[in-house]
Amino acid sequence: MTETTRPADRVALTPAAGAFLASLRRRHGELMFHQSGGCCDGSSPMCFADGDFITSDADVLLGDLTVTGPDGDFTVPVWMSRFQFDYWKHTHLTIDVVPGRGAGFSLEAPEGVRFLIRSRLLTDDELERLEAAQL
Amino acid sequence: MTVYSAPGREGSLMSYRDRYDHWIGGEYVPPVGGEYFENVTPVTGQPFTQVARGTAEDIEKALDAAHAAARTWNRTTAAERAAVLNAIADRMEENLEEIAVAETWENGKPVRETLAADIPLAIDHFRYFAAAIRAQEEHATHIDNDTVAYHFKEPLGVVGQIIPWNFPILMAVWKLAPALAAGNTVVLKPAEQTPTSILYLIELLGQILPKGVINVVNGFGAEAGKPLASNPRIAKIAFTGETTTGRLIMQYASQNLIPVTLELGGKSPNVFFEDVAARTDDRYYDKALEGFTLFALNQGEVCTCPSRALIQESIYDSFLGDAIARTEAIVAGNPLDTTTMIGAQASNDQLEKILSYIDIGKAEGAKLLTGGGRADLGGELTGGYYVQPTIFEGKNSMRIFQEEIFGPVVSVTSFADYDDAIATANDTLYGLGAGVWSRNGNVAYRAGRDIQAGRVWTNNYHAYPAGAAFGGYKNSGIGRENHQMMLDHYQQTKNLLVSYSENKLGLF
Repeated sequence: MTETTRPADRVALTPAAGAFLASLRRRHGELMFHQSGGCCDGSSPMCFADGDFITSDADVLLGDLTVTGPDGDFTVPVWMSRFQFDYWKHTHLTIDVVPGRGAGFSLEAPEGVRFLIRSRLLTDDELERLEAAQL
Repeated sequence: MTVYSAPGREGSLMSYRDRYDHWIGGEYVPPVGGEYFENVTPVTGQPFTQVARGTAEDIEKALDAAHAAARTWNRTTAAERAAVLNAIADRMEENLEEIAVAETWENGKPVRETLAADIPLAIDHFRYFAAAIRAQEEHATHIDNDTVAYHFKEPLGVVGQIIPWNFPILMAVWKLAPALAAGNTVVLKPAEQTPTSILYLIELLGQILPKGVINVVNGFGAEAGKPLASNPRIAKIAFTGETTTGRLIMQYASQNLIPVTLELGGKSPNVFFEDVAARTDDRYYDKALEGFTLFALNQGEVCTCPSRALIQESIYDSFLGDAIARTEAIVAGNPLDTTTMIGAQASNDQLEKILSYIDIGKAEGAKLLTGGGRADLGGELTGGYYVQPTIFEGKNSMRIFQEEIFGPVVSVTSFADYDDAIATANDTLYGLGAGVWSRNGNVAYRAGRDIQAGRVWTNNYHAYPAGAAFGGYKNSGIGRENHQMMLDHYQQTKNLLVSYSENKLGLF
């Protein structure tokens, strides 16, 4: 059983991705995502041990995914570089997991799966609500 | 026309081993963890060998070997190292076809490219750096009549290099040649998608290289790449890949206070000014159409893929019509056939990513002008990862204009005048490559200077000769490969400040 608790946000998670995050967390501890851009393995959500990738004012926190796993609820922040956000801010992202091989230093690669982004444009209504909430 | 036999089959020029260990200290060494992963050829989608799954323990072993070799290699003369690099180049030239077939089978790219570009460029790269290191001069500065500052170039020691999958051998050589020329030893982590062609090459080199000068550890980024990039026993890290991993590697480097060079991709504009079509019956126009179509070179899996075509309004319809016709004439087929122009994408993951971007383009309202799907080439190629060359028409704000697809997909838009062209060309996070096409030298020169990119091909595209500096502006990276200036990224400067006077300062 996994679900996101803030479906109106900029980011969401599929149940399969949530279940997989719960198993990754048992091995690696708290987790984070940083959305990559460019080149061979770009445009993928990279999953790291939380804090391994140092975020800063150069990044935007798109949201905190709350995952309900067998060991209880936990939170996974999703980040993107501010430069990239300027081009992606109208896009809603759902993190999914599929068979394959993740890339870069992302933690799922050795497990025979990869995280990927399924995206859609945010509606005007959603954008208004996000802006009102300064998200 | 030649169709090469697949590696390991009857009549093939080369075969791969069934299993590859790490290459450490001049020999194959099994992984400490005892695990292997499958390597698939994108030509058919079938596995063809197994590869060691490296971990931190393997990286430490490789670093032990590299440090041991460095004690000797760091002190060799430029002449000795140049002789080794030239010998490597000669051995590669003697085995060019075998290496080309190995590279095509591993990566999926057409063999005409590996025969004519990847491997010859790699050979020339070794020769270029052999020459560069022989010709490198160290400097002495005459500070005053009794004081001289000598500046000696010294190797950094042991360096780490992480290689991408789009040109597995050439990208490795871009990094290896300057590092070795400068006197460093190397621990190299190939991409997990293309881990074995570099091992095939290193085996071919045999005893040319002293043991431990190049060590190769395969595996996944999280398990083998991170322990290399974050290791306090390397003096420098070089990486080609995407932005998040690039930043992460730079963070690790900052924690160890070591230098880093990064090559991080792009979304390169290819700009066609109206005078391109001043004549449409000459060789220049023909060349410009080919320049447009080069988005499909290497299946679009190039950091500098000209993936945004900007065409001036006054020639937009006619030029684009001719460009579509040229694109539709691209011959897809068996990558081992020398008449094939476009081969397979390097992995199933990459295939899926490209197809998802084609869907994103359609959903955003971009107009699909040709292509737009997976290609089924029949027979055993049906399982391979083939995509039709695809042209979209849309606006520069669309995601297919802003995100690197890394496939044979070009997004086309128009511009009104010079200023509009430059503004659109520069409206991107990246600044690696660009193309400018004009018969007017003044326009071409100004555009080349105004576009914020490290490499602006002017009336040509996708040439990568050694001697032309290559690297990124903006989010596309740090450093310049392919030029002798890369030696600076692999060398320390030792200054001896020498007094030739008997007179004391007189202070104490």
